[in-house]
Amino acid sequence: MAVFELTVNGKSVSADVEDRTLLIYFLRDQLRLTGAHVGCDTGQCGACTVHLDGRSVKACTMLVAQTAGKTITTIEGLATEGRLHPVQEAFRDNHGLQCGFCTPGMIMAAVDMIRRNDRLDRDRIRAELEGNICRCTGYHNIVTAIERAAETMKRDAA
Amino acid sequence: MIPYHFRYHRAESIADAEARLTSSPDARLLAGGQTLISAMKMRLAQPSELIDIADLHELSFIRLDSGRIAIGAGAKHCDVACSSDVRRAIPSLASLAESIGDPAVRHLGTLGGSIANNDPAADYPAAALALGATIKTQRREIGAEDFFTGMFSTALEDGEIVTEVSFPIPTGAGYAKFPNPASRYALAGCFVAKTTAGVRVAVTGAAPCVFRATDLEQALDQDFTPEALSGVAMDPNALVSDIHGSAEYRAQLVLTMAKRATAAAR
Repeated sequence: MAVFELTVNGKSVSADVEDRTLLIYFLRDQLRLTGAHVGCDTGQCGACTVHLDGRSVKACTMLVAQTAGKTITTIEGLATEGRLHPVQEAFRDNHGLQCGFCTPGMIMAAVDMIRRNDRLDRDRIRAELEGNICRCTGYHNIVTAIERAAETMKRDAA
Repeated sequence: MIPYHFRYHRAESIADAEARLTSSPDARLLAGGQTLISAMKMRLAQPSELIDIADLHELSFIRLDSGRIAIGAGAKHCDVACSSDVRRAIPSLASLAESIGDPAVRHLGTLGGSIANNDPAADYPAAALALGATIKTQRREIGAEDFFTGMFSTALEDGEIVTEVSFPIPTGAGYAKFPNPASRYALAGCFVAKTTAGVRVAVTGAAPCVFRATDLEQALDQDFTPEALSGVAMDPNALVSDIHGSAEYRAQLVLTMAKRATAAAR
């Protein structure tokens, strides 16, 4: 067992966990942040994607102990003051989902890829989605949503 | 949840990590954990203790030295892929790093972890062997030739920790792999390097351990073009046959990847 602090969605939280606890189960079962999903539980599908110190990671393939003293952002931490994040807005506007199970991970991956890429075309977006699997949509609207979100964010930043 | 109990310890220094590793025989180092955590979830690995070295600053650097790129064992794949020094000096090494796993995996996975694990289908071992890299530990320096000893095994001794991989800068190099459509691991991958001592070709994914394809090297030494490989036969005898492909299929893939890597070399 270990007790340590980390920051989740801007708030300092205390973790009192067994060493073997994976980040995803700490977020979902202890903090009740159930937006990040357990899909494959093998690090392949990306439904559990969250940000660690601003970079996308798979919360099912990481111990919460590894995040002691660090900063986690989940899908619940994206909206500010009741306003959706531009990527969330774009997924809604472009219907970038069907069942929605992969969506939180898709959106967290999208925010990260927009941060890292000055230019995002559709091929690049598809390559960047290597680690996020959607079994409903065929990705078409997801790619469109990310493309639009990147444009909006670039325009707003200018 | 990982299905059994173990201890987690965040190392304060390389010396601390070595001491813990030596005092607890079933302990394992944890760097990015992108292979080890998954293996532990399936009980393919059951270390009694994990010693986390991900935050050791002395392991995370990328330096351009005289004629070499020195990369700390703790450097993440994404850092190698984005490094302007690596991209300038050995662009094929940067693009190799960018071809590992997916963005989230590259944010955690490390060079040292990949080298020390020596997965038969991993990418970095091919680069290290083809470029004639030197693997440094806290105790000694090991040539890539002597480092990769077999499937998932290396020359590392108990308590020995990879601290740095130093890559000589080649005059040109290229990497091409054929990813398994499901796992994305290389069914066959070739790293081709033009060095002052001649052409070196290292093959991953096709055999139990990364190896140098000397027949391909000889052909490319004569003429560094994809066409020079057309007459060369790759012996399937030492290659792997499994549900993903026969040894003969892999032999053909190795040749094709070697041609693509040669064409892409710069």
